[in-house]
Parts: sequence; structure tokens; C-alpha cells
Amino acid sequence: MSDRFIIEHDEWVIAVTELNLFYHQLQALDAISFKIPPHQVTALIGPSGCGKSTFLRCLNRMNDALDGVSVTGSISYRGLEINNPLLDVIGLRRSIGMVFQRPTPFPKSIFENVAYGLRIHGIKNKQELQDRVEESLRQAALWDEVKDKLHATALALSGGQHQRLCIARAIAVKPEIVLMDEPCSALDPRSTKKVEELIQKLRSQYTIVIVTHNMQQAARISDCAAFFYEGRLVEYNFTDKMFTNPAINATEDYITGRFG
Amino acid sequence: MSTSSLRRFWTGGDIWLWLMAASLTLLLLMTVVFFGIIVVNGLQALWPRQIAVLTTVAGDTYAGAIIQRQKTQMQVKVANRDLNAQDFIWLDRSDIATIHYPEHIYVLERTEYGDFYGFLAANSSDIATYFKTGKLPPRFKQLQADIVAVQEQTGILNERISKLEKQRMERNDTSKSSWGEQGEVSTRKQTSQPLQSEGMRGQLTAQYQILNDLQTELDTYQAKFTAVPSATVSIALSDLVRYYQPNAMHGLAKFWLYCQKVFELLTAEPREANTEGGVFPAAFGTVLLVFLMSITSFPFGVLAGIYLGLYARDGLLLRVIRIAVHNLAGIPSIVFGIFGLGFFVYGLGASIDQLFYASALPAPTFGTGGILWASLTLGILTLPVVVVATEEALRTVPKSLQDSSMALGATRLQTLTKVLLPAASPSILTGFILAMARAAGEVAPLMITGVVKLAPHLAIDGSFPFLHLERKFMHLGFHIYDISYQSPNVDASRPLVYATTLLLLFIVVLMAGSSIWLRARLRKKYKLGAL
Repeated sequence: MSDRFIIEHDEWVIAVTELNLFYHQLQALDAISFKIPPHQVTALIGPSGCGKSTFLRCLNRMNDALDGVSVTGSISYRGLEINNPLLDVIGLRRSIGMVFQRPTPFPKSIFENVAYGLRIHGIKNKQELQDRVEESLRQAALWDEVKDKLHATALALSGGQHQRLCIARAIAVKPEIVLMDEPCSALDPRSTKKVEELIQKLRSQYTIVIVTHNMQQAARISDCAAFFYEGRLVEYNFTDKMFTNPAINATEDYITGRFG
Repeated sequence: MSTSSLRRFWTGGDIWLWLMAASLTLLLLMTVVFFGIIVVNGLQALWPRQIAVLTTVAGDTYAGAIIQRQKTQMQVKVANRDLNAQDFIWLDRSDIATIHYPEHIYVLERTEYGDFYGFLAANSSDIATYFKTGKLPPRFKQLQADIVAVQEQTGILNERISKLEKQRMERNDTSKSSWGEQGEVSTRKQTSQPLQSEGMRGQLTAQYQILNDLQTELDTYQAKFTAVPSATVSIALSDLVRYYQPNAMHGLAKFWLYCQKVFELLTAEPREANTEGGVFPAAFGTVLLVFLMSITSFPFGVLAGIYLGLYARDGLLLRVIRIAVHNLAGIPSIVFGIFGLGFFVYGLGASIDQLFYASALPAPTFGTGGILWASLTLGILTLPVVVVATEEALRTVPKSLQDSSMALGATRLQTLTKVLLPAASPSILTGFILAMARAAGEVAPLMITGVVKLAPHLAIDGSFPFLHLERKFMHLGFHIYDISYQSPNVDASRPLVYATTLLLLFIVVLMAGSSIWLRARLRKKYKLGAL
């Protein structure tokens, strides 16, 4: 039996082929190949330092800002090569949004936070801005809590509200894919539950790729799961299968808590 | 105290706490004492003093204001500089037999020779009624108005003549350079020019004669005063700035006079080698200097700080530049002054003169010190503070904010202007405040780049092009130095020294205060406390 198990999807939005990433001399990702299906939640799991966050940041070229990173291999987004140096990164990030581990509201009003992405993409019409902001906040299940204080500073909200605001901000520009880098690790259980419910709801409209350290969370919310270990993709399987009957022993060890 | 508790005292850090508290207390005390001295002396400097008449055991009498009382001596301002050798004298307290405060003694502030203390002579002319009723003779007012009108006319004539002269000189220049074609034409024109200016000169002489006559008549309006002990002096009304009887005044009247004097300090020009009058040109120069410094230095500093903080790639070169910028702040300010003199005044200024004003010299002269060069010099002096503040401010903005903005598809510039700079603006303003405070108090580099004891004109006035940046200027800091150490009469100018110092402190506090207020607002708007 091979040391890898990778399922194939017929329909996909992102296809990764032989992706290697070097950080100076260090190889952080080693020959990653798999396909991400549309309108599903794909969870990336694995111990700290296994490369899952690095991989996530490859998908919208956020590694560009780091010195000493070089990437080989291919990431295809609906036939568009993401690693192409001539690619319009701004357009790409409009299609592939991102939510970070710690909530990062801008020091602006709630309204301006959500409108930020819209404004930088050139939307000036007041009515349109208002509609899009409301729509995004409703989708992020935040509208009822903030509709009376849209123009108050966003920093006064709670941690969980911050993260939902960041999700609203990311989906306001109508991306196709939303990348989430451990979006709940800085939140309390109640806020985590709300965000998880939100992710479930968003699945119908967006493709979601989520990095998580929380096995129960991965089991609860994802459709497929990818287990990364030491820069390699060890197992990529349907979540229910991976958590009941993993194909690779290492995966089972990790999931059941024998290491990691 | 047992050994163990002594040990605890040392290791527990209590001693450091005590040290910190002690140094903070010392610092506060020094600040309070420093400010206290300046505020108390500055505020009472212009308060009208009682005039005492002192009689010594030997029988001499003096009239004057008691300035300070020491154990054995007292200092008395006897004024009347035209009669006495010294207007401040020291008397032994044991020599003094009586002191009384006559109600009718006058203090006259004059345009020349400082104050006069004395009594209105009993058999004086009818002008004396002016001092009793405060009503000026109508003819006197008429004369004053006439003199102003004539002076205006002579000014206009003078300007016209100098314009004609300048035109003639310029024409001479061009006819010399292109002799062949235009020589004939310009000689014909020239012949009419001297005639015109000769006529004007005639008019001017006539006007001066009229002015002279008016002045002579004005000077006949005089009142007789008796000084203590005996001399009688005629004082021309036109020499008078203000008169009052301090011993007869009640508190409110004194306060009103005090307000008038403060108003004079703030709005009037200095008189009598800067020992009397106001300090308006100096205050104006200080504010304009700091303003010009800010608009030249801050944009550069912020741009450089942004580049160092965000764009420059970390490496040896960047580190060298950073060290250089930081060390720039430690260079003595006089060195910046010398640089300003060499680079701005002799280099840039002289080149501007040669290129644009060769024939007009010495009218606008950039090749000597001026407010523009002084403010640019101060700009360089304060640049490191602004650069370092901007760089550090940008560094305190969390990297995650930058990432979030980039992940939404913003360019680096959009991220900078919409997220980073607003978030960093309170700390950048702190740098501005420090820079401004330093610039407002700096004197040494100004002394060789254009500050003067007495500037004939302000840098902004009604004549084209309204802003005369090449002009020399006055500055409160230099003014303090000038009147306290370079003055011909140090005792007489002492009140003004305190008042000027208080004013300078007030201006600095006002400018810094407005920035602090702005910073507090920005901080409230962009606080990063939640992150």
C-alpha cells in the first residue's frame, strides 16, 4: 500500500499539481497534488509546522510579500495558472478571499470595514455600497447585531463579532472561494459555534478552504479533509471516511491524538 | 532591621521603586519651579508699580519704583534717563529716613529716554489741562493727521523715483549688451527719464519742508514737569506714549492699564533698542518660522519614513542609512546653522540672485540670511525626529492589518493610504509635536541664517508679492537673548525679558497643545487597543 491516499474529484475549482515551496533553502511543501471541489468545505489538517497555512497562502499568492519564497509546480484556478508571475494578483484576490486567524478589523467604522474591499475595487455609488454592505452583513449573520451602529467603530465589537465582520468583509467583494486560516482559534466556544454555523450556511454560495487545528471542528463542518504532515499531503479523503476509517495509519494516529 | 529583611529590600526591587519615584519627583519639582519663576515674573512684569518718594538720612530725595528689596539694600528705578546718570540705583536701607507715596506723581512713558517720573508743574501752560481731562487740543490732532498724510505722499514719491532709477539702470544694461541695434533708440528714451525724476525730486524736497514745519509746530505742544528733587523738564506731547498716576489708581484701573500694556506687548513693535514697547514682530517671526519649517520638513520626513519603514529592503545599506538618520538628531544645532549658511544662503541664495535678480540687486536679496533659509535649516534639523517617528509608527501597526488589506485585493499604495497611515497617524503626530517644539525653541542656527535684533519689515505685508521670504526676521528666542544680554540697559529691559519668555513658552505650548488635541482625536478614531 502506498504511503499516500488521494481522492479525485470530477468537478473542481482548484487543481494543485506537484506544488513545491522553498523558504530560502528549506522545503516547506513537497509535491502537493490534489483537487478542491466547488461549493464544499475542504479542511486542511495536520500538526503545527506541517505547511497547511503556507499552502493556503499559496492559493491567493499571499506569500509574495515574504522574502526568500520560491514556488514550483502548478495551481490551476478554473484553468488560470495562479503561479504565473504575470497574473493579475489583485483580480485573483478578488476571486479568492481570505480570513485570518486573529480577527483583523480595520480601525474604521463597521460600515467602512465591509465597504473597504468594494471601494478599492472602484464602487462609488452610495446606494450600491449600502446594499452590498447590508447583504454581506446579513450573510455573515451579523446584520441584526450591528444594524443600529453601522457607523460606530468596529473595534468596539466582541472577538466573535470581529471575526464575522472579517468574513463579511471578505465576502462583500463576492469571491468564489474563501480561504480561512484557523478562523476560530482565537474565539471562545460560543463564538466558534456561530462561525461554524456561518460556514455551513456559506457553503451553498462559496467554496471554502479552511485550516483548522480542531479535529472535531474539521469533522463537524468539512466535506473533504486533507492531512498534511511535514510538508507532504498524506491523505486527502471525504471527511466522514477519514474520521471513521482513514486509509493511512499516520492519519489515524494524528486524528486519534497519538501525536501532534 | 534583620539581615533577611535587608536582603528582601535589595532583591525585592523596592530600592528601584524608590529611586524612580525620587527622580520623577525631582523632575516634576524642577519643571514646576522653572515654570513658576517664568509665569510669576512674566505676569507681574507689566503691572504698574507704585512710585515712592524716598528721603535719605543725609537729606537727598529720590522718586522711583522699588524693584527689589534685599537685606541691606534696595534697588530703585528712578527713570528720568535724560536727567540722571543711571535710571536704576541701589540705596542702603539703613540710610533711608522716610518713604511716602504722593498721590499726584505721574509716570510718563516716552518714545525717547524711557519713563519719566515727576509732578505736573503748577504754573504750566494750558496743555496741562490735557493731563487732567485727557482731552487733546484739536489743533494737535489736526497736525498729527497732516503729518501722517504727508508721510504717505513722500513714501509714494520715493517709490516712484526708485522705480524710475531701476528702469534706467536696466535699460543701460540692455543697451550695453546690444549696442548695435538699439543703442540709438534707448538713448533717446533716456533723455526724458532724468527730467521726470528731477521733477519728482523737487516735489519730494517741498514735501519734506512741509513735514519739517508741521513737526516743528507739533513740538511746541509741551507740558512742564518737575522731577524729584528739583529739575523742571518740558515734555512734548508728541513724544508721549502713555501717562498715568499709579499711586492714585485703584485695582481695577491698574488692571485695565495692565491689559493695555499686554496688548501693546503682543501687537506693537519694540522701541528704544528693544527695551520698551512690544514684541509683535518677534512673535510673528517665530510663528511664521515654525509654520514654514513644518510645511517643508514634515512631508519630506514622512515620505522618507514610509520608505524606510515599508519599502526599503532590509540590508547593510538600510542599516547604515538608519544609523545616519538617527545620529543626525545628535549633531549640535549650530552645525546645522553653518550648513544652512553655506548651502542655502551662499549656495542656493546666491545662485537665485545671479539668475533672476542680477539687475535688481540689492532689492530682493536671497544671498543673505532670510526667513526662508532659516526655516529650511530648521527643517533639516528636525527631519530625523519626523523620519524616526514615522518609521516607528508604521512598525507598530500590526502586520495582520496589512495582510488583510492585501488579501482583499488592495495595492500597496491603497493599503498604505487607507489603512496604515491612518492607524499610524497619532504616533506620527507625536513626532511632529517634538519637532515643532524643538524648532520653536532653537536659536543658535538662526543667528547665522537670518535672525536680526530689529527687522524693518515683516515677511508678510501688503506690497507685491506679499510674502517676502528673503527678508530677515525677528524671533522670540533670539529676542530674549538680545534684550537680556545685548541690551544697553539690562535693568530696564528685565520685565520685558520675563514677559517675552512667557510669551514664547505660551506659543510653544499652544502649538504643541493643538497637535496633542488633534492626536487625541485621531487616537480615538483609529485606536488599535483591540488588536
